[in-house]
Amino acid sequence: MAIALDHGRTRQAPHAVTAWDRLKTNKQWLGAWFMLPAAAFLILFLAYPLGLGIWLSFTDARLGRGGIFVGTENYEYLWDDSIFWLSVFNTLLYTTVASAIKFAVGLYLALLLNERLPFKAIIRAVVLVPFIVPTVLSAIAFWWLFDPQFSIISWSLKRMGLITANIDFLGDVWNARWSVIFANIWRGVPFVAITLLAGLQTVSPSLYEAATIDGASTWQRFRYITYPLLTPIIAVVMTFSVLFTFTDFQLIWVMTRGGPVNATHLMATFSYQRAIMSGYLGEGAAISTAMIPFLLAAIMVSWFGLQRRKWQQGESND
Amino acid sequence: MTDVLAGKVANPKAVLTGSVPLADETEGMSYLQSLPRRLVTLYLPLSLIMLVLLFPFYWMALTAVKPDEQLLDMDTYSPFWTWTPTLKHINKLLFETQYPVWLWNTMLVAVCATLISIIASVLAAYAIVRLRYKGAQWVGGAIFLAYLVPPSILFIPLSTVVFQYGLFDTPFALILTYPTILIPFSTWLLMGYFKTIPFELEECALIDGASRWQILMKIVLPLAVPGLISAFIFCFTLCWNEFIYALTFISSTQYKTVPVAIVTALVDGDVYRWGSLMAGAMIGSLPLVILYAFFVEHYVSAMTGAVKE
Repeated sequence: MAIALDHGRTRQAPHAVTAWDRLKTNKQWLGAWFMLPAAAFLILFLAYPLGLGIWLSFTDARLGRGGIFVGTENYEYLWDDSIFWLSVFNTLLYTTVASAIKFAVGLYLALLLNERLPFKAIIRAVVLVPFIVPTVLSAIAFWWLFDPQFSIISWSLKRMGLITANIDFLGDVWNARWSVIFANIWRGVPFVAITLLAGLQTVSPSLYEAATIDGASTWQRFRYITYPLLTPIIAVVMTFSVLFTFTDFQLIWVMTRGGPVNATHLMATFSYQRAIMSGYLGEGAAISTAMIPFLLAAIMVSWFGLQRRKWQQGESND
Repeated sequence: MTDVLAGKVANPKAVLTGSVPLADETEGMSYLQSLPRRLVTLYLPLSLIMLVLLFPFYWMALTAVKPDEQLLDMDTYSPFWTWTPTLKHINKLLFETQYPVWLWNTMLVAVCATLISIIASVLAAYAIVRLRYKGAQWVGGAIFLAYLVPPSILFIPLSTVVFQYGLFDTPFALILTYPTILIPFSTWLLMGYFKTIPFELEECALIDGASRWQILMKIVLPLAVPGLISAFIFCFTLCWNEFIYALTFISSTQYKTVPVAIVTALVDGDVYRWGSLMAGAMIGSLPLVILYAFFVEHYVSAMTGAVKE
């Protein structure tokens, strides 16, 4: 790590400071060059498309040809489109139910993992595996698990005498909804659990000891020690969880492609179907754009809702 | 938010091994709990959750090696085990389909996109944290916002952009668009790491006449190696996992990545497809699982680092 210093040069008389020397140490100028690669990517492939998407939603663009401005026609069309509203309903249901259960199970799992356990390190490492395996590949495994004819779940339940006929997991409207929600929860729980666990481990055990001496019950220890200390990390984790659940595409596309009768179409899959498969880019872009207000609302709610404590106490909200 | 968690998740290794520096190594309050009680409140629910979390992988691996007739006939053979494992499905996958090509594509795209992103992020993170040019704070916030922009609202306009730039249906379409997902994440992660490097080290180097570039290469980067590894493997995982861009921007089978190819090219009407599908899913996840096994701590630190601020 030692820096090779050029001793020869330091002995020379200092030469006059040129404009170039000044520029070389100028923060703004250097900063601009350091930011250039990241900025180029983010502007060309993120900011520009984001704006373009909003513009496209006001045109009648098709796949392979540009569109002309048509005002809010796409939105008016969507407003009267019952499938669009169904996809909004599905997305909200999917996000609310999956996020709530992911939070509950994730927190519970984190609390369990925070106990003293044999083989703790291995158990914790294994819990994260569903998060590591690519979503599409585990979705295919779920597709097979939910097969109408050869599902092992139906088989086991039949063997146990709980049902008489195979369950049509992905062919029935509500079954399909619950099945994809289950797969989403399965995939999301490890992330929530491990991140919350990281937060839990910072809570000092002496707080619990003191509370126990004061006669606090398990629930009170959780409610008045664990939960308040965990709030900031819960806010962040749930913001991410809601965001990624709301914009989910992969699971649905692999397991149901939006079927049966559009019962599992999320806004993301619906926009893909309209824009890429049917070729109505403008309409697809309108669906995507319609997701933005929902996303902003979700972020605001989980962020500020759960952060309430902090600015109530008058701390800086940096 | 900045400082709340920065210190808390500083030691990812502790998260996994459970050796919390705060707790002394004594039993704490656990002597209050009897074994039967622990059995019901701890081991039972934990094993149930673990079972549910791991069963799909067991099922995936089992299906990949089960002979066809046992796959569909669940009454004569026990579905939960096989005594006659076969490599037929894996063999078929590797030698009768283009699976090796898809694996190679995924690897190529993931490595290139990750390298590009890491280079861009190192420069950006260093500039934001240490050069502190005018407006660096705002740029940091903007990068965090960019992280929140999901691919599923970008793919439609991006497909027209990719088409305009003449990248459609080439690996470059993916190599150049994946960094938009990766750069915000890894910049954010590296900013956290760079902040932990003492400023004094840089001041010393500045006094000794080192340029900013030398400081970055010879002081900051060697100290940030754990952060770089975290960023690298996490970006690599994200690339491997990416689906919607690969589905939209690639149409020829020979350029597809594993997740897309499995769904679009491997699925056919055959009732016996499950064996090779599961083999494909298993082999497709293996590289990541192996990488994960070696770098568990880095994964956790990347994950907790991502939600750090």
